[in-house]
Amino acid sequence: MSEKWNITLKVSRQKQGETPHFDEYKVEVNPDEYVLDAVERVWAFMDRSVCFRHACHHSTCGACGMRVNNVEKLTCITYIRDVTHDGGTLKVEPLRNFPVVSDLVVDMGSLYSRLELVGARSVLPAPEAEIENPPAKWSEEDGQYIRLADCIECGLCISACPSAATSSDYLGPAVLAGAQANGLKRNPELLSIVDGEDGVWRCHSAFECTAVCPSFVDPARRIMNLRTQIVKERVVGLFRKA
Amino acid sequence: MSKPHAVIIGAGFTGVATAHDLALRGFDVTVIERGDICNGTSGRTHGLLHSGGRYAVKDQESAIECIDENMILRKIVPSVIEPNGGLFIGLDEGDLQYGEPFIAGCEACHIPLEELTPQQALKLEPNINPKLLTAFLIPDGTFDPLRLALSFAASARANGAKFKIYTEAKSLLMDGKGAVNGVKVLERASNQTVELRADMVVNATGAWAGEITEMAGASVPVKPTPGVMVAYDQRFVQRAINRLNKPGDGDIVLPQRRMVVVGTTSYDVDNLDYVPVLEDDVRLMLERGAELIPGIRNAKVRGKYVATRPLIGGGMGRSAARTFKCYDHKETDNVDGLVTITGGKATTLRAMAEKTADVVCEKMGINMPCTTKDTPLLSYRQYYTMPN
Repeated sequence: MSEKWNITLKVSRQKQGETPHFDEYKVEVNPDEYVLDAVERVWAFMDRSVCFRHACHHSTCGACGMRVNNVEKLTCITYIRDVTHDGGTLKVEPLRNFPVVSDLVVDMGSLYSRLELVGARSVLPAPEAEIENPPAKWSEEDGQYIRLADCIECGLCISACPSAATSSDYLGPAVLAGAQANGLKRNPELLSIVDGEDGVWRCHSAFECTAVCPSFVDPARRIMNLRTQIVKERVVGLFRKA
Repeated sequence: MSKPHAVIIGAGFTGVATAHDLALRGFDVTVIERGDICNGTSGRTHGLLHSGGRYAVKDQESAIECIDENMILRKIVPSVIEPNGGLFIGLDEGDLQYGEPFIAGCEACHIPLEELTPQQALKLEPNINPKLLTAFLIPDGTFDPLRLALSFAASARANGAKFKIYTEAKSLLMDGKGAVNGVKVLERASNQTVELRADMVVNATGAWAGEITEMAGASVPVKPTPGVMVAYDQRFVQRAINRLNKPGDGDIVLPQRRMVVVGTTSYDVDNLDYVPVLEDDVRLMLERGAELIPGIRNAKVRGKYVATRPLIGGGMGRSAARTFKCYDHKETDNVDGLVTITGGKATTLRAMAEKTADVVCEKMGINMPCTTKDTPLLSYRQYYTMPN
């Protein structure tokens, strides 16, 4: 028999025109299930009015990002055991720095239009995917493969970023990471987009983005690298003018 | 003359693809979905862009649909696909015996295949079981399920389709003469009930199709059949790895980002809205997956989940055909104004939509050809950036 815990799920509720409040649901869970399973169970058996986003249930689609006990999590891979205890409370809230559509659902249109603006690639050749922990054995032909990019565009990094909280025009970690992966040398038109006060220079190096990223993108390192690329392009630009 | 209005219930694969097709054929389209895009079976699909090899021996109609649609999707929506191919590998005598009918089946279904020696296969995929006896290379691929659906939805939106998400169908509206002429919906974000009038209602709710047809006193022979999948935290392979044998449990391993996903199983269920993961099935995925890729034993589980397939056409579990069907309920139940599309597979979503739009057009006396085969889809991101 699997273990059973009784927990209180505190769900942030906000319908159109309302101010947010919490509703509490007592749920019996298996601690080795995921936070998303508990939310889905509330919808299926207790309260059909709860709105939340989810699709793949295994961390490939990026739809189910929420704040769980004040930390950004991809709820489909967050074990209940890791975020509460038997008899404990689990607080789920929508991501920050996006407008709330309803309850746990936010409008991430700003993220997607900025990703389009910098031409962030959704598929790319395997060597450019920068796999840090390649499988035990690595085929010599792997270079010819096409890979889905690591970034699942879940918005956790935007929600966790203190700079995004102070400026809604800041491009944000996922977007700058997408620009970095494209490279300024190959895409010189990106320079004017990322080299500005709403680009890389808005970042205060808090590294919260990398701390919450569930998909190994490491946006903070990529932003630092993008700064280096910008300086390089500026120096090269000086010589071009001369 | 105003455009005919179609209301599509369900924004899974068939719903979004049908919205795209009907919008291209000049319809005014409204899609209603009680959750967000792809929150049911479609989002939780394994993600195999089938070459048809899996069905080439026993279910050639499905196999041909798969290879044809596989090639079309590679062309119209490359931004969501890893087109890296797949291997069918044989590990024992039984697998070897399946080789001959497999070759014949693939030939009959025009599925290109190349026989490899174990050494050649291991050179391509060093992490597969080194004890393999034979291997075949076929044009499988993998796709990102949500983005595949969003690409269709974005393209539909660009042609005027409206998406009303978090909007649940509560009942079907009848015209008093036995025909469906709309849907009464609950908008969950505002808690308001609204009536949507329609010239045609398309039931694209997959495994849930019976719940909608019941609202009109009609029925549909769909058998919801869940299966468990387990994602592990290492990407051992670049291609889809299939067991060379008749379809069974846990016999496909797919790469996805930095993971592999092993699937799947097959069982019965009562409540479709919440299907728990069976721990026995999770253990079975480890055993079966490790036969194909031994390293899985040392990997960590990253996600365990269930998707409920809509099987049609009789047969139980694995013996059920994987093809699809569009039901005109005027013919099946003498209820006009309602068609149901169900069955099928993610790989065949475009063909399912074409068939459904054909039925809708024929019923309404509209003569517009399908153009989705040659229409490249928009970026999935545009679904979110376009005004609704």
